[in-house]
Amino acid sequence: MNDNLKNALIDYLLWLGDTTLVLGHRISEWCGHGPILEEDIAMTNIALDLLGEARLYLTYAGEIEGKGRTEDDLAYLRDVMDYKNSLICEQPNGDFAFTMMRQFLFTVFNYHLQEALLTSSDERIRSIAEKAIKEVTYHLRHSKDWVLRMGDGTEESHMKVQDALNNIWMFVDDLFLTLPGDKLLVDEKIVPAITTIKSKWLETVKSVLEEATLKLPADGFMMKGGRQGKHGEHLGFILAELQYLPRAYPGTKW
Amino acid sequence: MAEQDTQWPLWEVFMQSKSGQPYKHAGSVHAADGEMALENARDVYTRRNEGTSIWVVPANAIVASTPEEVGSFFDPANDKVYRHPTFYDVPEGVKYL
Repeated sequence: MNDNLKNALIDYLLWLGDTTLVLGHRISEWCGHGPILEEDIAMTNIALDLLGEARLYLTYAGEIEGKGRTEDDLAYLRDVMDYKNSLICEQPNGDFAFTMMRQFLFTVFNYHLQEALLTSSDERIRSIAEKAIKEVTYHLRHSKDWVLRMGDGTEESHMKVQDALNNIWMFVDDLFLTLPGDKLLVDEKIVPAITTIKSKWLETVKSVLEEATLKLPADGFMMKGGRQGKHGEHLGFILAELQYLPRAYPGTKW
Repeated sequence: MAEQDTQWPLWEVFMQSKSGQPYKHAGSVHAADGEMALENARDVYTRRNEGTSIWVVPANAIVASTPEEVGSFFDPANDKVYRHPTFYDVPEGVKYL
């Protein structure tokens, strides 16, 4: 593997790893605060699934890099500008409607991406996708059901989930942001062309929103830059909490 | 005045550990309908590989015997030991008894 391809793959894996790590952390913030006990456990399960996916991506990124960095080094010892997560994942939880809408929009993306990665020319990525696709299929069912229930529910739930959709919409295009190196990965059939994922994503999102009687927001300003390390002010606070322990007590074990 | 119960209806959860085994009562969940009950049961009761199949049943659809009926229901069986198949010699080599 030449250096350009190697660096492109590391960037891509860090993107997926950071995205699932940050979203998993956000979802874990609901632990003990879920609207009902059953949903509290459901969200904790999803947070752990996402953390599991993050570990696989970060571990592989560290191996390809070949400098001995482990998943923990990558998760705990990089600062905001080195994090490559999509912006939608770092947005604060807000209310349950916002959390579920964020979850739904991301999960539709993750589902179509994993589906495509099942046929990646990279064996390791295929094996990650084979594990992830089962988890993500359930995440999709779970978040879709909530979007339908809230959208097609009471006047109040409809209003809250429509507000959530309107407020988060400016971050969706960032999911499809590409870096120059992506082309190399697509040419080698390691990853799919993002345009394919985007059209599938939009089709699924549209059909669910329609069934939920929700209105697709009009095209407007889109905030982008997650993969380039351009983050909002929220990520720093997430990392402060996430990284406190290993930074205060380097090398600690329990 | 009694406080209004704002919880969703209760569902009883039955889990099959593997194909061919009987379904066993695992616990209960609150849910607005069957689909949500199934997902909640999956999330709460299958986290440690407990099951491969789930039934959820509205708790109010279950007809149960009452404590008052214990005597008339169950005591008559107490002195009928001949109902246990312990008076037969099991032939050697018979499995699964």
